[in-house]
Amino acid sequence: MSRALPVLTVLAGIVVLWYAAAVLMNATWVHDQAERAGTTVTWAEVIPQTMTQDRPLLPPPHQVGAELWQGLFGQAVTSKRSLVYHAYVTFKGTMMGFGLGIVAGVLLAMAIVRFRVMDMSVMPWAIISQTVPIVALAPMILTLSSQLGLEGRDLPKAIIAAYLSFFPVLVSMVKGLRSPDQMQLDLLKTYGAGETATFLKLRLPASMPYFFASLKVAVAASLVGTIVGELPTGAIEGLGARMLIGSQFGEPLIMWAALFAAAILAGLLILVVGFVERAARKRMGVPL
Amino acid sequence: MKDATSQPVIEAKGLNLVFQTADGPVQALKDVNLAINQGDFVSFIGPSGCGKTTFLRAIAALEHPTGGTLTVNGMTPDEARRKRAYGYVFQAAGLYPWRTIAGNVRLPLEIMGFSRAEQDERTEAVLDLVELKGFGKKFPWQLSGGMQQRASIARALAFDADILLMDEPFGALDEIVRDRLNEELLKLWARTGKTIGFVTHSIPEAVYLSTRIVVMSPRPGRITDVIDSPLPKERPLDIRDSREFIEIAHRVREGLRAGHHDD
Repeated sequence: MSRALPVLTVLAGIVVLWYAAAVLMNATWVHDQAERAGTTVTWAEVIPQTMTQDRPLLPPPHQVGAELWQGLFGQAVTSKRSLVYHAYVTFKGTMMGFGLGIVAGVLLAMAIVRFRVMDMSVMPWAIISQTVPIVALAPMILTLSSQLGLEGRDLPKAIIAAYLSFFPVLVSMVKGLRSPDQMQLDLLKTYGAGETATFLKLRLPASMPYFFASLKVAVAASLVGTIVGELPTGAIEGLGARMLIGSQFGEPLIMWAALFAAAILAGLLILVVGFVERAARKRMGVPL
Repeated sequence: MKDATSQPVIEAKGLNLVFQTADGPVQALKDVNLAINQGDFVSFIGPSGCGKTTFLRAIAALEHPTGGTLTVNGMTPDEARRKRAYGYVFQAAGLYPWRTIAGNVRLPLEIMGFSRAEQDERTEAVLDLVELKGFGKKFPWQLSGGMQQRASIARALAFDADILLMDEPFGALDEIVRDRLNEELLKLWARTGKTIGFVTHSIPEAVYLSTRIVVMSPRPGRITDVIDSPLPKERPLDIRDSREFIEIAHRVREGLRAGHHDD
């Protein structure tokens, strides 16, 4: 409870600010309507009207909550209007990109630690890759993959997600694989251990804490990548597509509900990764 | 026992070792001549920078001499390593935190390709030898510093090398623990008949443990005195109050001081 209190306090603060902002922003429309009708309205009349608009500039929390509830539980999960369905599409893309990112990050890190040439040639490019805005890159990857005759958006979405998620894994794994100190390396030398044994017995297990720490960042990055991959026109599935539809058709409620669904998905993913991390730490004898 | 009594286990002749550093070459070892026989307990003592650790590392083929010859069991240090001639104990226990104590002791056996059954058997035997029976399933963080260092000695003994090289193994421990481990180390040495090379900068520790004490001095690292200890093989801790003990300690101190006047 003592831990929940500060979080709830901040949450309450945000809700209050949100309502205040909703009133101020949505009031413009109420005043416009009144002007057109040639009447005047008092603030006491304005405030209730800012809470129930169909297309508010800023929907108040309860409207977003209702739309979210409707989207999640109001229809069959297979329906195209169900947020559960869209969240599943996004989740699938995220997991594919996450897996691809982990594989790419770990393999690159292994090569970089093993070969000096790789360290000097690949590492700078890996860093530069992250300075290219993914929003600019995503449509290119999508176009390219359809040019290559790839059906659907699954693979290009996974590539975009992996493009963002491999980097934290790479950086952490390079650090982790290099974490054993000279004494530990010397010890293995006295056993006549070769490269493979040194890697399997020392470097790899020593890098595990770094690896798991990077997974939380990587899974969040992968989700962002997937959503960005769903944004470019033509997408009809996924939370990213939902957000775009909401914004293009002037349905802010749809957009906000999708946004919150994405946030919930991110929270769940990080929670699951946290559980996996804890289980792995326990197996490796780390005191909890 | 081998019939190598005539031939030293470790022999250095005119050994030189120069490190190339950013500030130019540093002579770590200069003209070192030393023969260590089967079953000797040899301590290397001297101030930091005297090359005692470098010499031990050269025996273990962790450093490579730039001049002279160095043989271990009549072979080059590199060959001797492949023949599993020695176990090495570092100043820090350096146990892998993700392995249990038994898992740590098993590490060299896994790398050297012992069978699973033999791994278990040897692990149990050496844990017993260092009095850590029943601690095999614990993780390193659950053990005290002294117990961790004993586990690291067990790890060095696991593959039954004839030579045990120890680089200030008890340097980071408090004096009471250190005394106990010294006593246990002597017992272990008596029981196993291993040849031990032991680096320290504690005079009482060197005198208490060794059959021979090698006094070294820095810049350039060289041997200034080799003292054969007249103390008996059986050594209770209170031998340190005996006249002989104090005389040897005095000679070591003189040797260290003489080396110090040189710079």
